Amino acid sequence: MTERFQYDNRIVKNFLFATILWGVVGMLVGLIIAVQMVAQNTPPDAWYFWIVRPFTWLGELEWTKFGRMRPLHTNAVIFAFVGNAIFAGVYYSLQRLLKTRMFSDALGKIHFWGWQLIIVLAAVTLPLGMTSGKEYAELEWPIDILITLVWVVFGINLFGTIIKRRERHLYVAIWFYIATWVTVAMLHIVNSIELPISLTKSYSWYAGVQDALVQWWYGHNAVAFFLTTPFLGLMYYFMPKAANRPVYSYKLSIIHFWALIFLYIWAGPHHLLYSALPDWAQSLGTVFSIMLIAPSWGGMLNGLLTLRGAWDRVREDPVLKFMVVAVTCYGMATLEGPLLSLKSWNAMAHFTDWIIAHVHIGGIGWNGMLTFGVVYWMVPRLYGTKLYSTKLANTHFWLGTLGIVFYAIPLYLAGFWQSGMWKQFTPDGYLVYKNFLDTVMEIKPAYWLRALGGLLYLSGAFIMVYNVMKTVKAGKLIADEEAEAPALEKAAAEEEGGHWHRWIERRPIQMLVGSLVVVAIGGLFELVPTFLVKSNIPTITSVKPYTPLELQGRDIYVREGCYTCHSQMIRPFRSETERYGEYAKAGEFVYDHPFQWGSKRTGPDLLRQGGKYGHSWHYYHMYDPTSMSPGSLMPPYTHLYEHDLDTTTTKKKIEAMITMGVPYDPGFPDRANAHLVQQRDEIVAGLKKDNIDAPADKEIIALIAYLQRLGTDIQAKEITGR
Amino acid sequence: MSVIFLLIAVSTVVALFFLAAFVRAVKSGQFDDDRSPAVRMLNEDSPRQNQTP
Repeated sequence: MTERFQYDNRIVKNFLFATILWGVVGMLVGLIIAVQMVAQNTPPDAWYFWIVRPFTWLGELEWTKFGRMRPLHTNAVIFAFVGNAIFAGVYYSLQRLLKTRMFSDALGKIHFWGWQLIIVLAAVTLPLGMTSGKEYAELEWPIDILITLVWVVFGINLFGTIIKRRERHLYVAIWFYIATWVTVAMLHIVNSIELPISLTKSYSWYAGVQDALVQWWYGHNAVAFFLTTPFLGLMYYFMPKAANRPVYSYKLSIIHFWALIFLYIWAGPHHLLYSALPDWAQSLGTVFSIMLIAPSWGGMLNGLLTLRGAWDRVREDPVLKFMVVAVTCYGMATLEGPLLSLKSWNAMAHFTDWIIAHVHIGGIGWNGMLTFGVVYWMVPRLYGTKLYSTKLANTHFWLGTLGIVFYAIPLYLAGFWQSGMWKQFTPDGYLVYKNFLDTVMEIKPAYWLRALGGLLYLSGAFIMVYNVMKTVKAGKLIADEEAEAPALEKAAAEEEGGHWHRWIERRPIQMLVGSLVVVAIGGLFELVPTFLVKSNIPTITSVKPYTPLELQGRDIYVREGCYTCHSQMIRPFRSETERYGEYAKAGEFVYDHPFQWGSKRTGPDLLRQGGKYGHSWHYYHMYDPTSMSPGSLMPPYTHLYEHDLDTTTTKKKIEAMITMGVPYDPGFPDRANAHLVQQRDEIVAGLKKDNIDAPADKEIIALIAYLQRLGTDIQAKEITGR
Repeated sequence: MSVIFLLIAVSTVVALFFLAAFVRAVKSGQFDDDRSPAVRMLNEDSPRQNQTP
């Protein structure tokens, strides 16, 4: 019996336009910070001063400095650009693969507007400095809850559609969508366990090494299950459609899927090689990363071989061109990733711009180019017309491809080059580049080229916007597309089973096991937090909790996003201990909520910063970094000298720390502010000795207190005092 | 480091979920036909004009 029904194209159109809008915004923010990073303190007499002035001016404002804009960039391109692209692709392909309309139009609308609300909230809160300080999970707790709710709505719509399908077989793309939904839900919840102290501030429940491990388990799998699996689903749907030929090997696609999801989840620790994470966990991450090459390349080859015998079409069709570059970049990034997780390779590349190049091969290569291909394929179909200009799409393609080249190659070189300089010793055993800044100066040309690459890529996106607008104008939205398909005849099992719960009701043993699993998960989530608090008992007796002023200063450090440029993780290499001091120990970080190890050294490591310079050095340096380090690329932090430190939160913050197991005296929260004032006055008195009249109640004093505390608990004098 | 037990437990639960899904999919015959689904997805389902009532 053939049934008639309609596909909902309006929801697809909404997500698609949101993709384009946020894509342009996210890339623009990326371009702004790319220019800031190289041109921030350009002297007024430089010939290009006025060209870069808009960017550096933003870098001088409180809200648009690199440290706050970088999380905005990553969140915008990952969750807004790629996120909306996923939803557009899923809502389009799922209906057609399952031969049914989406489960609920209303849920689709809630999903769409909820997701856009999350993005807008992110765009407001991140520049305001409301951040949890964990990379790619910076959004504060109320937004985290909102994300969970919207994700559940998406899940109901996804699984609801699967249940009411007219096609018994689930095409491989759908398996990728299911894995995406399940895993992202789990990752987001586990990583976002935090203790709120106000609507806009919370502390990660985990501390130090634990926090680092959870964070990179999340971070790695966010790449795996937000940037990879859903896009593989899109690849398996849109690439055969665009080429009008079946995927090279359907069997391989199924193996690709199951192998990928079973391996991916264990590879997270490769982000923490040579850190204070136990060795066995590091090795586990490496082994699984290497194994990942097999399914990843199986998928890449499957995609490219789909075009066998159709390469002449690639020459004419911009959609296929975008897809070929995307899948090639997927292959490059997934070979490079495992190689970077080899310890010897990682020792060289970690903390450098190499990693930035690597993620952009994935980001602007794989995700960006595939999204553009899907947009050019989908828009004419949604509007029942032809693409306005193939020529402009081709121009976009070449700008995009050149953009990737100009972006990635200079940064690969910069990473390799700077890492070499960090590690170079004179024949007598001294560091050749004693001053970190000298190594930064050497790679500045690469930073300029990278900004050029970003500009090329972004201009391509603008051409797409024009092309899409013209196409939309020429056509008319087919909001409800007519379709017909035979109804699904009931399977034998279903006929005898009826309601799904009857099935389990007839099987007491399975029922018992099932309930046990559910209860165990519930129990786990109840027990683990307390269990974690107990495990935070320090193993190094000299490591003491932060004083109230230091804690306030640390929160300013987190708010300003200092971790986007400075690490707090000295690896056990001579080149690092010589430069920064004693290497990091796991026991040092037990009071760090959240951990601030960082993943990139645009500036030097700060773990042993405490006591290296006097208070006055920091006082001058934060106001104008070039005054202490001529040529520095760090933006000035003048607003810290204008804002009063908010001491009303001190008590709450100390109490929150006590809840999480930090051993302050029970009466300490009430005395905290008195202690804070005392320490503050000491610092002000110290500054006075250097003839600085510092206002005692400003935020800068707290930040100085924190910087001077960093790493001093176990300072190994015999090494640093050489 | 005890958090690693949480991560392993949670990851294992998810892995078991996928394993169960895999076994069920195989048993229900999802993967018996590894050829035609790739071709079928290429068909559009727009109603044929001559059949319009």
